[in-house]
Amino acid sequence: MGGTEKPAAKQRVSLLVGTRKGAFLVHGDRERRTWRLDGPHFLGSMVNDVAPDPRDGETMLLAAKPGHIGPTVYRRRRGEEGWIEAGRPPAFARAAEGDTGRAVDHVFCLAAGHATEPGVWYAGTSPVGLFRSADGGATWEGVAGFNDGLYPQIAAKVMDVPEGSILHAVLVDPRDPSHLYIALSSGGVFESADHGASWRALNRGVEASFLPEPDPEFGHDPHALALHPANPDRLYQQNHCGIYRLDRPAEEWVRIGRSMPADIGDIGFSLALHPRDPDTLWVFPMDGTDVWPRTSPGGRPAVYCSRDGGSTWLRQDRGLPHENAWFSVKRQALCTDNCDPVGVYFGTASGEIWMSADEGANWSPILRHLPPILSVAAVTEAA
Amino acid sequence: MIVLIPSPLHSYTQGCARMECEATSLRELLDWLDMRFPGIRFRMIDEQERIRAHIRIFADGAPLESLEAPLASTTELMIVAALSGG
Repeated sequence: MGGTEKPAAKQRVSLLVGTRKGAFLVHGDRERRTWRLDGPHFLGSMVNDVAPDPRDGETMLLAAKPGHIGPTVYRRRRGEEGWIEAGRPPAFARAAEGDTGRAVDHVFCLAAGHATEPGVWYAGTSPVGLFRSADGGATWEGVAGFNDGLYPQIAAKVMDVPEGSILHAVLVDPRDPSHLYIALSSGGVFESADHGASWRALNRGVEASFLPEPDPEFGHDPHALALHPANPDRLYQQNHCGIYRLDRPAEEWVRIGRSMPADIGDIGFSLALHPRDPDTLWVFPMDGTDVWPRTSPGGRPAVYCSRDGGSTWLRQDRGLPHENAWFSVKRQALCTDNCDPVGVYFGTASGEIWMSADEGANWSPILRHLPPILSVAAVTEAA
Repeated sequence: MIVLIPSPLHSYTQGCARMECEATSLRELLDWLDMRFPGIRFRMIDEQERIRAHIRIFADGAPLESLEAPLASTTELMIVAALSGG
């Protein structure tokens, strides 16, 4: 993951897969041709995210929520058998007497902190909350600047999506550990320059057709947000209202999805970036017409790739079914590895993992019959 | 008193489904459990001290709704992982 230098050819890739019924680790060979399944881990638990730590290449954190009991976070180092549960999982502060107070239903995303802060992790939750660990995920504290600062100011516009309200992305500027971006669906994109103590909305130019006012400051519905590691001023988002790009210090997002084919549209939930080229990204369009089926348009799944920052798009469907395939790909279930050529991977709500070892030109299935897939992250071994 | 532990929590109790303990209230019992099986309390009780949505706790068959509910030494306390969907 990450890294901007061109990697050596033939590196091993592992996929960390979160599903509705547990986690799976999928280990590839050096050719990325055969894959070995390790799992299930935490069978029966909803696992929204299994996140690698690109700083040490050894650690992963996992967010688990069984059906009956409360949510928690586990961590594990490569080669170790067991998972270690957080001593203090993400949890909101106790409410004042008489107030209802919020409780974390599930941890939705986990993000490793800055390279200069090796033990730091962030967690986004449902209902929306932001948490930070300074000890590698062992104990978690709420980020007060969000949970008690920004959230009460925007709560009226934070709506439940099917998973509940979610804070689904935390991005750390690789040049500055205090510079953070977060995304809420719905709620919008927000930026902090002080480690999360204070926040400002960053949604100008993004449509919000589901809100009554024409140009709200926040309340937008980003589905996925990404920052390019080689050019951290380049942000992309797949939004409820299209695909957007922002080049800082500009403040206004540009709807690059307008150049997608009209019969496909630019609605989807996921996006993935090329690890070295800031102009290359992949999206997985889904049907956002009338009642929002959230399936591949026309039952013909395809990934779309842009090599020029979203000015033009190329349909990539060689190897994918050409009819009667109603794929749904969740917002954390499309990713890239760090190889050359780049591997692109997606997991479907019907439990299939597909991969392309040639930057989307050809696709083949790696695994079928898994539970509904919620997240896929690729870990590329160090050269 | 006897405490019955449901299967979703057996990973904490090393598979033990039934144990004896001394406690005069539900809160005291939960603290006792958490001391012996760190983390188990949070899986049943949220950060606002509410019993989680899919957890039910019965004392001699009667549902408990407050952590302050008194318990007798002869109580059989049943913790149940209630229905939670598919």
